[in-house]
Amino acid sequence: MHHLEIRNISSSYGKLEVLRDVTLSADKGEVVSLIGPSGSGKSTLLRVLIGLTPPTGGNVYIGGNKVDYNSRKSLKDLRGHMAIVFQQYNLFQNMNVLRNVTIAPVKIKKKPREEAEVRARGLLQKVGMEEKADAYPDELSGGQQQRVAIARALATSPEILLLDEVTSALDPERVKEVLDTIRSLTHEGITLIIVSHEMAFVREVSTRVAMMDQGKIVEVGPPEQIFRSPVESRTRDFVSKILSH
Amino acid sequence: MFERLVTEAPLFFNYHNMVFIGQAMARTLGMTLIGCGVGFVFGMLIAVVRQTTSSLLWPVRLVVISYVEFFRRIPFLVILFIVLFVIEPLMPGTSLFGIATVSVCLLSTAFLSEIIRSGLESVPRAQVETAQILNFNVLQTLMMVVLPQSWRVILPPAAAFIVMFIKDTSLASQLGVIELTFAGKMLINRGFSPILGFGAILVCYFALSYPLSRFAAYLERRLAPS
Ligand SMILES: Nc1ncnc2c1ncn2[C@@H]1O[C@H](COP(=O)(O)OP(=O)(O)OP(=O)(O)O)[C@@H](O)[C@H]1O
Ligand SMILES: [Mg+2]
Repeated sequence: MHHLEIRNISSSYGKLEVLRDVTLSADKGEVVSLIGPSGSGKSTLLRVLIGLTPPTGGNVYIGGNKVDYNSRKSLKDLRGHMAIVFQQYNLFQNMNVLRNVTIAPVKIKKKPREEAEVRARGLLQKVGMEEKADAYPDELSGGQQQRVAIARALATSPEILLLDEVTSALDPERVKEVLDTIRSLTHEGITLIIVSHEMAFVREVSTRVAMMDQGKIVEVGPPEQIFRSPVESRTRDFVSKILSH
Repeated sequence: MFERLVTEAPLFFNYHNMVFIGQAMARTLGMTLIGCGVGFVFGMLIAVVRQTTSSLLWPVRLVVISYVEFFRRIPFLVILFIVLFVIEPLMPGTSLFGIATVSVCLLSTAFLSEIIRSGLESVPRAQVETAQILNFNVLQTLMMVVLPQSWRVILPPAAAFIVMFIKDTSLASQLGVIELTFAGKMLINRGFSPILGFGAILVCYFALSYPLSRFAAYLERRLAPS
């Protein structure tokens, strides 16, 4: 049984079909990366998984249990196991760093505040942000906000973590900080689904890579296959173009 | 004329008149604050209902939208008389002050709901989505994420509206509520010079609205994005 199983998922924005019959799975602790051109539906797939965009067909299973995206209870359950970090960080602007990280554990999971704060400081240390615990998001650089967003996602102890181009809004120096943080997560048994344009990074950390194009998964395989000997010509085009940059 | 004022002033500024004006001032302030306070609560409810997307709630949304669109378009004086003619037979003995206050509620609910709605909508959608995926319920999202970020958009126009309404409550004098404007007229009818009568009333209106305007300006500065 796979930890996360996506079967024939479709989704549309109005009349525009954005995902068509997407099937993909990830075992516990796996790092599956999604690559593909802009507009191919990578972000939408992550949004569907976490229940922000409704699927129009297909099913998702977590640990063998089907997710019912129409049921509030099922969604709540799902979000107890799964977290997402957006490209735009989306830290709560009205809360300082520490509060951003502790709010869900304290208010939603009803953990004692002290305990949550100790853990939050530990996570902030891990992402190199412990000194900014009292700062507000608008006082931080993009890379710093992104790392806080990762700490916030981790504070909910997710088994599955979705990362949507978490480095694309950052300048090259910041990219390294964030990638180092993600790299350290890959050893913790969290199942990671990563959308990224950092091909060297994808190649290094992924157990498998899925190539998406026009709402479909074109090819899935280990990084060596995708980057060295892709089966599909669409993958070959994309990879050669992006690697030659 | 100046002489007349000098001779009249000691008669005018007597204890009885001061209490009379004080009570009128309290009525003006009471109508405004109670009316707008209740209006703020209901306006908030309406604004929140209008944010919902559930298809089950569409009849509720239709009702509140119609309410807002209707009441924003009728003059306050007309609302006062409608409320009078509806409440009198239903609840005879309701004070005129009560009727005027209910009218203020009806109108301020409509206007304040629009002010609050645009405040709520100023918060980026992504903030709400982030709260959702952290399993905040609707109320928690509103109280912990959306409202704290929308006060600075809501409070300045809401305060301006309330300050403006202090003046508009003078229309309740048409109903016979002894608020400031009506009190001024009564004093003049008792033979005092209009300069004294309305002058005192003018000072009272100013004393009510100026601190509120200052407070609103203070809030605006405090809540401005850093
Ligand atoms: N909110 C939306 N409303 C309408 N169409 C949308 C919306 N979001 C995305 N789309 C469309 O859906 C398609 C897939 O978008 P998506 O954001 O999933 O692509 P992506 O693979 O993440 O691209 P990128 O690499 O640029 O982030 C695109 O054609 C996009 O224009
Ligand atoms: Mg995207």
